[in-house]
Amino acid sequence: MIEIRDLHKYFGDLHVLKGIDLDVQKGEVLSIIGASGSGKSTLLYCINALEPIQKGRVVVDGTDVHAKGTDINRLRQKLGMVFQQWNSFPHLTALENVALAPRIVKGKPKAEARDIASEQLRRVGLSDKINVYPSALSGGQQQRLAIARALAMEPEYMLFDEATSALDPELVGEVLDTMRLLAEEGMTMICVTHEMGFARDVSDRIAYFHQGVMEEIGPPQQLFGNPHSENTRKFLAKVR
Amino acid sequence: MEPSVVFFSGLTASDVWFLTEAAFRTLLISVLSISMGTAIGIFCGWLLYEGKIFATLTLAPILDVFRSVPLIIQLVLFYNMAPILGLNLDPFASGTVILTIYTAALVANVARGGFEAVGLPIRRAARSLGMTYFQDLRYVVLPIGGRAVFPAWIGVALGVMKDSALVSVLGYVELLKASQILITRTQQPFVVLAIAGAFYFALSYPVSRYAAKLEKRWAQ
Amino acid sequence: MFNYNFQWRPVWRSLPDLFEASLVTLQVAALAIVLGILVGLVLALVRMNMRGPARWIATAWVELARNTPVLFQLFFFGFGLGAFGWHLTPFTIVLVGLTFNSAGYLAENFRGGFNAIPDTQLRAARSLGMTAWQAYTRVVIPQVFRLVYHPITNQMVWAVLMSSLGMLVGFRELSGETQFLASRSYRIFEYFAVTAVIYFVIVKIILLVSRLLAMRLFRY
Repeated sequence: MIEIRDLHKYFGDLHVLKGIDLDVQKGEVLSIIGASGSGKSTLLYCINALEPIQKGRVVVDGTDVHAKGTDINRLRQKLGMVFQQWNSFPHLTALENVALAPRIVKGKPKAEARDIASEQLRRVGLSDKINVYPSALSGGQQQRLAIARALAMEPEYMLFDEATSALDPELVGEVLDTMRLLAEEGMTMICVTHEMGFARDVSDRIAYFHQGVMEEIGPPQQLFGNPHSENTRKFLAKVR
Repeated sequence: MEPSVVFFSGLTASDVWFLTEAAFRTLLISVLSISMGTAIGIFCGWLLYEGKIFATLTLAPILDVFRSVPLIIQLVLFYNMAPILGLNLDPFASGTVILTIYTAALVANVARGGFEAVGLPIRRAARSLGMTYFQDLRYVVLPIGGRAVFPAWIGVALGVMKDSALVSVLGYVELLKASQILITRTQQPFVVLAIAGAFYFALSYPVSRYAAKLEKRWAQ
Repeated sequence: MFNYNFQWRPVWRSLPDLFEASLVTLQVAALAIVLGILVGLVLALVRMNMRGPARWIATAWVELARNTPVLFQLFFFGFGLGAFGWHLTPFTIVLVGLTFNSAGYLAENFRGGFNAIPDTQLRAARSLGMTAWQAYTRVVIPQVFRLVYHPITNQMVWAVLMSSLGMLVGFRELSGETQFLASRSYRIFEYFAVTAVIYFVIVKIILLVSRLLAMRLFRY
């Protein structure tokens, strides 16, 4: 379970997150929507401590993420992350991309790491691209590679940061399908997304972020059908 | 031997003036070689670009030799070859000739890069407006290609300025040779070399900073 | 003209000595490059990530190496340090001088390389639970290495060419050996002509090996 309490984040003088309170249960799929600059991506970076926070707490399965003594590298193994810019490692083949972290972070033997990697590549439908370098993959394939790379660490939570925003429209579908598959398997997911259809179909809850504040959170039917907040209503009117 | 550092006490004002004069000679031979070498180099670069296969087979390997043999070997060879050819050259002239050719060899590559930096579509556009070949070179290729390779040319020029120190082996009293003479006389190697180094640095650093700044500005 | 009587025989007889000296040249150049890569990497990282004295020292190193002549640097390590009672052997002078110089140039190449790798690569690696060290050594540096591979090759060629200055500080590498043999037989031109050819061949071999190695190393 992820518990976020009164989280504040500044970039210099800029107050990006203004006191976020949020719980994510095991097995839940949460989508976060909102305009760019609303702080939704930053929230993800604060959950796995890629960004430091200035006030508040993030607790993952009882461990305070930003506390001094926390072994953050160990904790991050629980929290898989997929980025907007897919960030595949260009100097490694698809298989090596996925096998690297299991080998050097978890210390798995080489052969086992390769087995894990090819299993995860199969799962995202890239079995035929095992020995290909990322430069020869399409954006959608690279993003699925990034998902496989995160899954190979056997995370308990997956954080998706606008995983489809940088993709050509015709490649969005294959990535969303992969994410949908994960959700059906019961993975706990937090997805920052602009894909309203995906958010409606897959999420258990949807949160709307507005200028660093979580304006509203609720099940898709409620948020889309009957938003309480005026800002949410305006935003939804614009994106649909 | 007792370690002894005596800062400046062993140097008179005339010694420092001696170095200053030598620094001017470094500047003189550098400016001379760089300007002549650049002119020849640009011409060679143009031949390499326009002459295509013929120039690639003849000119390119010759220029390549001057980039692949140490400058000091070139200097010694030429200095000893001139009398064989019946030429009577003093160290300054020999040094200038070799530094000029050396500069030309380096600039040729840079210049060719400059010509290639101007895409064919742009040149076609220029010609389609009715510009002559040389108008195209003057008003289109020079500003675009010149800007693209100007930082690289600065790098070459500064390199030649620093490499002019090697002319000292022929006996031309430029900055480094003057330092050696002064060291022998004053037995103050550290101080003399520190001053010589400061002269070189003062000649090179501002120019390299300026080039870096230009490059950054043009990159935007 | 050409009433000079060329005599190549003494040179042919000395070829074994010259080849042996070529190996010395290659050794000192290769050693200087390996050390230069390590030191240059440290200098680049210090300049990018640290403040205060460490950064000033790194910056001073890079700027002095790039803005003064190599020969000056060799003299400094050779004679300048003598003022403090440090007397290096000719081999050490050349090795230290070339390392100092190469590290300065390579540091700038490394800096450019690191800046060309997007921050997001580091983030992606850290998000998988890698330590900063793992992320650098497994993800960032391999990519930087590819970007600086050609500059390193060029620097290696430069190191070979610059090592010829060893003859001015009494080091018997290829040029020093040539000078020694030439002065013994008075066949200066012939000896240096052959040595020029040897340098040319060494440079071409380095470029060829580098190209072959690149085909094996970089498949992406």
